[in-house]
Amino acid sequence: MKLSQSLPGLQLKNPVMPASGCFAFGKEFAQFYDLSELGAVIMKAATGEKRFGNGTPRVAETARGMLNAIGLQNPGVDAIIEEEIPFLSTFDTSIIANVAGSTVEEYVEVAAKISAHVHALELNISCPNVKEGGVQFGTDPMLAEEVTAQVVEASEVPVYVKLSPNVTNIVDMAKAVEKGGAAGLSMINTLTGMRIDPKTRKPIIANQTGGLSGAAIKPVAIRMIHQVYQEVNLPIIGMGGVETADDVIEFLLAGASAVAIGSANFKNPLICKEIIDELPRALETYGFTSIEEVIGGAHDEKARAGIFRA
Amino acid sequence: MKREWMTILEHQTIARDTYRLVLQGDIVRDITEPGQFVHIQVGSGTYLRRPVSISDFDFEKKTMTLLYKVMGKGTEDLTRKSVGESLDVLGPGGRGFPVDQVDDDHVLLIGGGIGVPPLYNLAKQLKAKGIQITTLLGFQSADDAFLLDEFEELGEVFVSTNDGTLGRKGFVTDWISEVKATVDRYFTCGPTVMLKAVSEQLADLPGYISMEERMGCGIGACFACVVPSHDEKGYRRICCDGPVFEAKEVVLA
Repeated sequence: MKLSQSLPGLQLKNPVMPASGCFAFGKEFAQFYDLSELGAVIMKAATGEKRFGNGTPRVAETARGMLNAIGLQNPGVDAIIEEEIPFLSTFDTSIIANVAGSTVEEYVEVAAKISAHVHALELNISCPNVKEGGVQFGTDPMLAEEVTAQVVEASEVPVYVKLSPNVTNIVDMAKAVEKGGAAGLSMINTLTGMRIDPKTRKPIIANQTGGLSGAAIKPVAIRMIHQVYQEVNLPIIGMGGVETADDVIEFLLAGASAVAIGSANFKNPLICKEIIDELPRALETYGFTSIEEVIGGAHDEKARAGIFRA
Repeated sequence: MKREWMTILEHQTIARDTYRLVLQGDIVRDITEPGQFVHIQVGSGTYLRRPVSISDFDFEKKTMTLLYKVMGKGTEDLTRKSVGESLDVLGPGGRGFPVDQVDDDHVLLIGGGIGVPPLYNLAKQLKAKGIQITTLLGFQSADDAFLLDEFEELGEVFVSTNDGTLGRKGFVTDWISEVKATVDRYFTCGPTVMLKAVSEQLADLPGYISMEERMGCGIGACFACVVPSHDEKGYRRICCDGPVFEAKEVVLA
């Protein structure tokens, strides 16, 4: 079974990669398996300066998922280039840098610095857990197009824009970043949520709200990818609750070209490798002979009138 | 660290809402220090793993003893696991108490509630090195107390309970002024508010504290369980840089 494919900037040996923020910079997972097995690695977000992130508690469990509000804690783009990328570069896999910021200038600065060291960028305009920047760029199509265009201009490698699901019309956002010059999309980031402890009568997470991830959000991700695939001509890295090889197939059928695995890494640090190993047999089970055949395979309704079509 | 399905050899209640769980498997052979923990996937009803400190272990028999208290759904579900079943365990995690570096005459151990368990194997190892041990144990009430006899075999023990049903009424820290004069170092585990009080009262002594926090991955990747530190780096991850820290290394809120 051929699992490999080419996407802008990326030669993927398989369609599975860990999602940003769920894999740090790889070191912790390298003790469990050879990271060269991965299709790619999406690094934890980089900002211009180092960030300490939010107060604790930063996570809370939910039904079939979790809330997190880490707050983009990272050592800053320079330290990531000097101390983290050299380690990841020793593995035979593609590296995608997640680029975050509070201002367009910061996004551009981070992108310009880090793009020389990686194969592609994932532009993070969708982090729900920081007060400034992040999600406002991800919820306003005009701002999204503007920051995308400037980052594309500054970057030496293709730019995938990570979309927020916390919008009324995901297709408008996808179209805006396509217009801004994005080479691809990655979707979806977490859904904003909250949990309250009856004993303290207060939100459990120190930031009050957090991003919901895990199996609980998978149907939302599938629906949004399915919608966007029909309207936008960009490859999609799909994410949101991938936990099994069957989930990978579901994302590809909806229209993703590859998938990123997020919170499931926290439950089982071997999950990416296990899914990669299982994928050929799962594809065979459903009668597929290649990855290309699966991508967008749920879209025969295009011939009819899909209910989500605008 | 590895992931393993460990076998449950014993599982019984030892105090109010408090259970003793004995697991067998290869992970035990990887334990390097007392105070490390394991990260347990309780079942499909909970999403994240639950960190539980290792209270004691036996290299030869490949067994470890965990003492845990029911705090919510995860630990509640754990109580229903039976002897003979296997449990999805990741471990051993983190850095424990650096027993090898300790060369004192007399040390003080201070445990509060479910912070008491990781001090037990530490006490055994310190005792084996010929170090005199004084232990302060604090619980809510007599019904919550455990490991008293075990610690008494290893040295002098002073107990306090919040309601006075066992030992002295009050907090574990109430004993400190009476015992601090003769000790060279302290080791403590319990709620952060207790760790803060202990480290302030014993600010002139070297000490190690073991912390707890809600964890995500338990391997250092998710940055859920961070604590501020005094150095330029600015933080420590409790799951992998800790859970044991030198008292002056971290900022206790």
